[in-house]
Amino acid sequence: MRLAFREVLLAFRRAPLLAILGVVTIGFSLFAFGLFGLVAINIRSALRDIEDRVEIRAFLVEGTRDAQVEELIRAVVNFPEVADVGYVSPDSALQRARAELDEFRDVMEGTFLPGSVELRLKDGFRDPDRVQQLAHKLETYPVVDEVRYGREWVEKLYRIRNIAGLAGTVLGAVFALVAVIIIGSTIRMAILARAREIEIMRLVGATNWFVRMPYLLDGAIKGVLGGLLAVLLAWGTATLVSRNLMTTSFFTGEQVMLGIFAGGMLGLVGSWLSVGRHLRQVWREP
Amino acid sequence: MSESPTSDIVRVINVSRDYARSGPALRDVSFELRKGEFVFLVGHSGAGKSTLLKLLTMAERPSSGEVRVSGYSSSSITSREIPHLRRRLGIVFQDFRLLPDRTAEQNVAFALEVTGSPHGQIASRVARLLTQVGLTSRATAYPHELSGGEQQRVAIARALANDPFLLLADEPTGNLDDRATHAIFLLLREINARGTAVLMATHNVSMIQRSNLRFLELDQGELRFDGTDTARLLADMRGRR
Repeated sequence: MRLAFREVLLAFRRAPLLAILGVVTIGFSLFAFGLFGLVAINIRSALRDIEDRVEIRAFLVEGTRDAQVEELIRAVVNFPEVADVGYVSPDSALQRARAELDEFRDVMEGTFLPGSVELRLKDGFRDPDRVQQLAHKLETYPVVDEVRYGREWVEKLYRIRNIAGLAGTVLGAVFALVAVIIIGSTIRMAILARAREIEIMRLVGATNWFVRMPYLLDGAIKGVLGGLLAVLLAWGTATLVSRNLMTTSFFTGEQVMLGIFAGGMLGLVGSWLSVGRHLRQVWREP
Repeated sequence: MSESPTSDIVRVINVSRDYARSGPALRDVSFELRKGEFVFLVGHSGAGKSTLLKLLTMAERPSSGEVRVSGYSSSSITSREIPHLRRRLGIVFQDFRLLPDRTAEQNVAFALEVTGSPHGQIASRVARLLTQVGLTSRATAYPHELSGGEQQRVAIARALANDPFLLLADEPTGNLDDRATHAIFLLLREINARGTAVLMATHNVSMIQRSNLRFLELDQGELRFDGTDTARLLADMRGRR
């Protein structure tokens, strides 16, 4: 193992440019993956904020009597999705409108504003489908005239989050493949450059593991360094965006560790494939 | 490991080796090597000498028949076992195959390092090996600073590093002048006298003639002769020229 580490160090010193290239590509591929991850994470937290505010408002037909309103509220409270129900009477609706829209006070003289029932939803019941279902359910009540909710917003945000997730996964997979290929070829070049040594190793009876170990270690170390680079780049980007555009949230410690680990695995897979393919071929004719 | 108490360390039993491109390289070859023997392997280029050596190191497997080396059989050896077989064989080539960026002693030490010898013992073992091949004074020289004969000595020291019971030498004197050839041959005899069996492939008929040792003659993949009758060998080799 000590010998293997020495070989890796030697390989880095012999071909520093190649080593750096390998590290940088892994770094960039994970960075691209990480950026989409960050976008997804931030959209998710934005969604959570907005979801907290998702409300359904059911406007009531003109002339609905108090008893009917109470009946509706009693029914609605028992819906499993509903956290909270409030009633805004036509009078208070008008007052609220006058207070909020002071400039239009004259216009609102003598106008009628419908009363409404406002629903706040429980956690986990705020996705577009459920909100829409609930809205339809409310519309079946005869006293309900119209149901409104932030439908477009909710749907748009969900769509953006899904696209970001998908784009991240697809691009991440493509970049991961590129990283594996590049690490594989740098390892392949290292193997070709040292074909003589490998041949002699096999000749004098070094075990397959012993021959492979330095290359696998080489790939894994490059991967981990690439992972660290990616975290650094992502952190730099997130900091820049936070400072200049908007506050963003960053990965948790575990997610960072996972990213570095993924880098190591990418490097290992790349070198594993390359080593498996090329070490079999280097035995020259005795 | 070995199933019988015989002193055979190598058994080649009805071995044929065919190549998809070039056709048969060995045809129905059978022979044994005994412990501590010195045997020449002769034949023109393309006669199958190298193929035979490859089969003995298990770098290749026979198309039919069986090769047994030190208890390992070509029909059952696993890829995990091959390195352990190779540690018991020493292999030397015509072109030396030294690592150009390492000194003589580093080249020898390499064989010990990569087979997991205890770190503390490597230096003293290398010194002893270089003494054995008569190169103590050139220990820190790089291959390009050494003569052909000296380079082959380094290669032999490396081949002896793991104390092999059999040394396979593929035309070890093919690139050397007469004096160096003679010196290398004497060195191989000396190694043989200490108990290591030697199988030496060579073109050098006069060397075989002078030594009066057993030789195997390959001709177009067939084992044409196995014995010590050099008069016959001379007739054969000349007859085909």
